[in-house]
Amino acid sequence: MEENLEKNEKRTCLYDKHVALGAQMSPFGGFVMPIQYVGIAEEHKAVRENVGLFDVSHMGEVTVRGKDAERYVQHIFTNDIAGAPVGKIYYGMMCYEHGGTVDDLLVYKMGENDFFLVINAANIDKDWAWMRQHAEGFDIDLQNRSDDYGQIAVQGPASEQVMETVLGIPCSELAFYTVKTVGDVIVSRTGYTGEDGFEVYATPDYIRTCWDKLIAAGVQPCGLGCRDTLRFEVGLPLYGDELAEDITPLMAGLGIFVKLGKEEFIGKEALAKQKETGVAKKLVGIELADRAIPRHGYTVLKDGQPIGEVTTGYHTISTDKSVCMALIDSQYAALGTELEIQIRKKTFAGKVVKKLFYEKRYKK
Amino acid sequence: MAKVIEGLYYSESHEYLKVEGNIGVIGITDYAQKALGNVVYVDMPDVDDDVEAGTEFGAVESVKAASDLYSPVSGTVVEVNEALEDAPELINQDAYENWIIKVEMSDQSELDNLMDAAAYEEFCKK
Repeated sequence: MEENLEKNEKRTCLYDKHVALGAQMSPFGGFVMPIQYVGIAEEHKAVRENVGLFDVSHMGEVTVRGKDAERYVQHIFTNDIAGAPVGKIYYGMMCYEHGGTVDDLLVYKMGENDFFLVINAANIDKDWAWMRQHAEGFDIDLQNRSDDYGQIAVQGPASEQVMETVLGIPCSELAFYTVKTVGDVIVSRTGYTGEDGFEVYATPDYIRTCWDKLIAAGVQPCGLGCRDTLRFEVGLPLYGDELAEDITPLMAGLGIFVKLGKEEFIGKEALAKQKETGVAKKLVGIELADRAIPRHGYTVLKDGQPIGEVTTGYHTISTDKSVCMALIDSQYAALGTELEIQIRKKTFAGKVVKKLFYEKRYKK
Repeated sequence: MAKVIEGLYYSESHEYLKVEGNIGVIGITDYAQKALGNVVYVDMPDVDDDVEAGTEFGAVESVKAASDLYSPVSGTVVEVNEALEDAPELINQDAYENWIIKVEMSDQSELDNLMDAAAYEEFCKK
């Protein structure tokens, strides 16, 4: 396959390793990233059944420290971190005043008034500008550390064993959505696959060493291709598909990460109003009777009339079904509602289902 | 190396066409199936549908993406390969054995616009 290498696309610290492994490389979020090594289906199954290794060094990292750090994070973040214990991780969004989504992110509480924020690669510049713009009046030290950290994700039922035996990082005691540090190395029990797993943030040198050890131990390298099929099967959103400037967390069904009881955060008023009046569009799951595959941007119809669009769709690897997530008019969002999807020249019948196509298997 | 078969016609969008009398047997090349990876769905037209040279008549889908199929010639669909409905992966096993549609050609002079095996092999190297 072609390598669409553009000069303005960044390389992660593992770029040469991917090329040496024969990965198919492609642009993603401003980086040139591995899409697959041996095949999306094989890599997907390795994560579901055993363990897989991902280069996710493209993700952005921002640190917030100082007297007002907690108050600042509360201001820009939809979830509530008040009084959180050190080591806890929160998922949530940054929203615009109008309630639309700037990005979804993880907030790691590293210490009192010391936070580590993990943001999407494609949004690093936008998020950084947004964070700085809203930092005024807060006594904080805000730093964009995205270029300083490499990151790998070790995901799958065998990930704990691999972390301990191959990398020598004890983590059986590390609970789901918590973080610990080993020297300068940040290790969390998090991921984007619906399986048990870990993410390691460290210097490029350390990350390269980890990568080599894991590959030498026979761990399957996995590309962004299966990262997408894995997260999709367990209904996790991807910014740009299920979340966007015009898609609020409430529309995406992520209301549990929006704490309207909090004193204040950007977008709170708009979101509170949206919750009260109900959302006009809602993210749902749709299952098709046929094998045809609904893809991002395809039109969803009810009785021939457009009612929304597909956000992500696949013929699933784990369950062998053609399913998608779609943003549709709320009046048609009830489970079991029959509707159609336009796929090229034909329409295919489907019905609304839970947007969870495979059960998550986190170790909590 | 991708397999190229002598005696077939080839398009720049990586379809092949095998002439059997006035019938054109159309599928995707070995090069195309390799580039796509695991085929999980083939969207085919119906029998009696008209197809036009250079125009889309269906799609082959891998896990990641849909890839449109373009007809190398104009004509009428006389048969579709129903085996692909339940087993699209046959295309990965042998793309030339597992054709997609058969078309009754309306203008055999359109074959002149297609490549022969040697020209296609050269084309794939670019």
